Amino acid sequence: MNDRIKKLREQSLNTRPSISSERARIVTEAYRSPEVQRASIPVQRALVFKALMEKKAIFIDEGELIVGERGPAHKATPTYPEVCCHSLEDLETLNSRPKTSYAVDEETLRLYHDEIIPFWRGRSMREKIFAEMTPEWKAAYEAGIFTEFMEQRAPGHTVLGDKIYSKGLLDILKDIEDSLARLDFFNDPEALNKQEELKAMAISAEALITYARRHAELARKMAAEEKNSQRRKELEKIAEVCEWVPARAPRDFWEALQYYWFVHVGVTTEFNTWDSFNPGRLDQHLYPFYKKGLEEGTLDREKAAELLQALWVKFNNQPAPPKVGVTAEESGTYTDFALINVGGLRPDGRDGANELSFLILDVIEEMRLLQPSSMVQVSARNPDSLLLRALKIVRTGFGQPSIFNTDAIVQELVRQGKTVEDARKGGSSGCVEAGAFGAEAYILTGYFNIPKVFEITLNNGIDPRTGKKIGLETGDPGNFQTFEELWQAFEKQMRYFIDIKIRGNNVIEKLYADYLPAPFLSLFIDDCVLKGRDYHNGGARYNTRYIQGVGLGSITDILASVRYNVYDRKTVTMDELLRALSQNFQGYERLRDRFLNRTPKYGNDDDYADELTRQVFEMYFRLIDGRPTVCGGTYRVNLLPTTVHVYFGRVTGATPDGRLAGEPLSEGISPVQGMDRKGPTAVIKSAGKIDHVRTGGTLLNQKFTPQLLADEEGLVKLKDLIRAYFKLMGHHIQFNVVTADTLRDAQKHPEKYRDLIVRVAGYSDYFVDCARELQDEIIRRTEHQGF
Amino acid sequence: MKGTIFDLKRYAVHDGPGIRLNVFFKGCPLHCLWCHNPEGVAFEPELMLLPNRCARCGDCLRACSYGALSQNGDGLVRADRSRCTLCGDCVEACQREAIDIVGREVSVEEVVAEAEKERVFFEQSGGGVTLTGGEPLAQPAFAEALMDALREKGFHLALDTSGHASPEIFLRLAGKADLVLFDLKLMNEEKHKKYTGVSNRQILENLRALDLTGKPVWVRFPLIPGINDDGANLQAMADFLAGLKSVQQVNVLPYHRGGVEKFRRLGREGEFAVYEPPAEDRVQAIIDFFRTRGFRVKRGG
Repeated sequence: MNDRIKKLREQSLNTRPSISSERARIVTEAYRSPEVQRASIPVQRALVFKALMEKKAIFIDEGELIVGERGPAHKATPTYPEVCCHSLEDLETLNSRPKTSYAVDEETLRLYHDEIIPFWRGRSMREKIFAEMTPEWKAAYEAGIFTEFMEQRAPGHTVLGDKIYSKGLLDILKDIEDSLARLDFFNDPEALNKQEELKAMAISAEALITYARRHAELARKMAAEEKNSQRRKELEKIAEVCEWVPARAPRDFWEALQYYWFVHVGVTTEFNTWDSFNPGRLDQHLYPFYKKGLEEGTLDREKAAELLQALWVKFNNQPAPPKVGVTAEESGTYTDFALINVGGLRPDGRDGANELSFLILDVIEEMRLLQPSSMVQVSARNPDSLLLRALKIVRTGFGQPSIFNTDAIVQELVRQGKTVEDARKGGSSGCVEAGAFGAEAYILTGYFNIPKVFEITLNNGIDPRTGKKIGLETGDPGNFQTFEELWQAFEKQMRYFIDIKIRGNNVIEKLYADYLPAPFLSLFIDDCVLKGRDYHNGGARYNTRYIQGVGLGSITDILASVRYNVYDRKTVTMDELLRALSQNFQGYERLRDRFLNRTPKYGNDDDYADELTRQVFEMYFRLIDGRPTVCGGTYRVNLLPTTVHVYFGRVTGATPDGRLAGEPLSEGISPVQGMDRKGPTAVIKSAGKIDHVRTGGTLLNQKFTPQLLADEEGLVKLKDLIRAYFKLMGHHIQFNVVTADTLRDAQKHPEKYRDLIVRVAGYSDYFVDCARELQDEIIRRTEHQGF
Repeated sequence: MKGTIFDLKRYAVHDGPGIRLNVFFKGCPLHCLWCHNPEGVAFEPELMLLPNRCARCGDCLRACSYGALSQNGDGLVRADRSRCTLCGDCVEACQREAIDIVGREVSVEEVVAEAEKERVFFEQSGGGVTLTGGEPLAQPAFAEALMDALREKGFHLALDTSGHASPEIFLRLAGKADLVLFDLKLMNEEKHKKYTGVSNRQILENLRALDLTGKPVWVRFPLIPGINDDGANLQAMADFLAGLKSVQQVNVLPYHRGGVEKFRRLGREGEFAVYEPPAEDRVQAIIDFFRTRGFRVKRGG
């Protein structure tokens, strides 16, 4: 890392995230203008985007090579009042909460008080959504049965493919013209809608070109005033780059990166999209530019690394848009989930690992930043050297990169109906979500608390935390003679709540399609331009919606305990069990010990428990997979938690696996924290018993002590462990390599551990930034140690 | 065919190549004072107390029909092992796994089934099953039946042994392994007797005889400061090994106190000793000692 990058990196690390009111102000002004008010809704959105691109403050900081920021300063984070209009109390909370806070200044509070809140109150998407939800939905939402991803943030959840590397926006504008020319106003009742959408896309494309040219002008102006000849040359080059891209296809490595970055800023300015935005298969996309640069002598390894590092700093300068309420609970982190994919396959099925894959891994290791997040795709066709290189970074203990099974991802996507080429161009984004990059809208709609539904079942439809009846009356469990009867009641409750969730989802999907289209994002995801349809309205080639199942380990252990202790061995009656749960095991400590220590548990390669894992998975799959969405998509399942297992645990009472009320649930498909006692191979065997290929992603967390990976041999054995998991078609695995003692010390002395990065769940975070209960949970996850 | 083991450990990564399943045989004819697996010494099952898990609830006392258990002043459970019949009632009664009988009978089929569970990891990593202990050769019939059954399933076999057995048994069983992990502790016969309870004469002869068969051997040297790290012992060991042709590597295993807590749990404190773990530079010096004499040396298993 040279001095320039060191400085930029330090600056990024030392800047506290703040709220910028700039976007809210420009958006509100734009919505007030008569021109916008007259326009169709897609064109309104495009004109608002245009106003942002023309008016938002721009700057080029000292030493920067890649330019453009979402806010007016590094880490100045915009708000999106048309999606979620924060109250003054929200802003106070953001400013003062102990974790993931954002500085809010007086000017922002004043502007919100005088302009933003009066204009948006009652009109934001968040309010529209809550107004449209049924009482059943609200009751389930408040009980913590599920969360709702779109109540504060726009759908997003997509990744860029290879389009921008061969097409400038001027080329895409030609495609838009072609689509407009093809509109059939005689036979197609949608023709007018398509025309408005295409017009909106064109305005948005031009707006980004304007934004880039503003940077070109600024760079030229700065160059004229620059005394240092070296920097002057750089500024002149920046001007040249910004003049060329994104209008035209990039000619070299630098232009390719800058083009991507402009698109990233555009997408994340248009909306507060989930998972921000993501260049995806960076090593595949950039390799031709890298190779050409080396051949022509215009680029060398150092320069390429420097430019990548400059891009890395840019990512790190963009904290997640502010989240409050349940959304902050389910995703309590600054990380915004851009996940760089390295390795994997080429579209024709050949090994995709190249020189640049290794260079990017060097950059990841050296930069050691939270953002962008990174992962390595490993296919049977990729060499071990790629995986071993990645594990050397894992060993340094900052949780990156995570490791994915390309062969599973490709099968998952093909099963969902993608062509094999589109599947191979894809990968994983966010935490672990599989997608066909550049051609798919794969939108996560919310987490689903499976153990909570079982709790409702045990209470005949009543949520014991509140005493409210929110589920079906499926019978007093004391009357169930067999485990199968209990299971049937559980499945009924599951179906009931999943139906509530999907009904709500369908309304929300339509609200976004009708009121908040995304014409700018639509430019880049095939086939929105071709079809003249918005990304939010089924415009993508593939449209998928997920409901993310949470607590697979917990529900397995809960069901195993009930089956084992109540029905099989009859060591406790259902009534006694229910009394123990209602007392949070007070006075039932021996019983709780039996549940914790003497009852089969998931994660130990024990078929008694693991068969129930499989059955729960099959039920969840059966109730969701294949159902249609309103805009032409299909529902699928995946299994990941971000940080929601902590919140879901907080709203769930004591459970028959011995878990106390309020404790976190298991995360992803990992075993309940501390309950895997037979080592990592047993965990992997248990996790391999569900059919990952029928999901769109699963998350398995493992913790290793540094000693186990200290030498080359330990690393090779870890590599083999991963390869074996992938033979079982596991989707993903990630590692924390840090001792529990270190983590405990970090809790006591956070000031000494500001740089301690740990894997949370599909992403890494600063340990000291995690909520206390999440910290405790990370410590409790079994630490595998060889001896 | 059944035998007595005290553990089946999956993801064993320090006892032979690849990812392995370790089968810990119970019972050992040696009694090394530094033993780090003291539960492997006695041939019979033993009562083990884990005070860190004890809830002091007294359930185990009430379950015991022989008055073998009592609670001390602060409620912790103590055992009078002379009264214990190893019936297991207390183990059944304890809900926290704070009391255990270490050592159980298993059939060949049970162990093979456990190995089958790990097959994908063995195949991926070039691993397999390691017979260790305790001393596998002290249950020769079971060890042989197990090795035959595992071999038939195609598993790679390592035999971890002290070498203390009759030459017939030793050579027959070692011959069935793909790799022998041979523990070499002390070259001086008197000292060997003093610290392990047996002479090393047969042990060294066995190793020499094995060497003639060409079976790959990894020599494992438990480094106990003050006992076997003196120049004379090291030199004698190096000289002896230099005369062998099948030794592929020497593993230097620095003493650690992992066994101390275990012999407390077994109530056998008096039978073992506690040493200072070797200093890091001393370990390195010994590794270098063997390395400069042409051996491939690895720290740890």
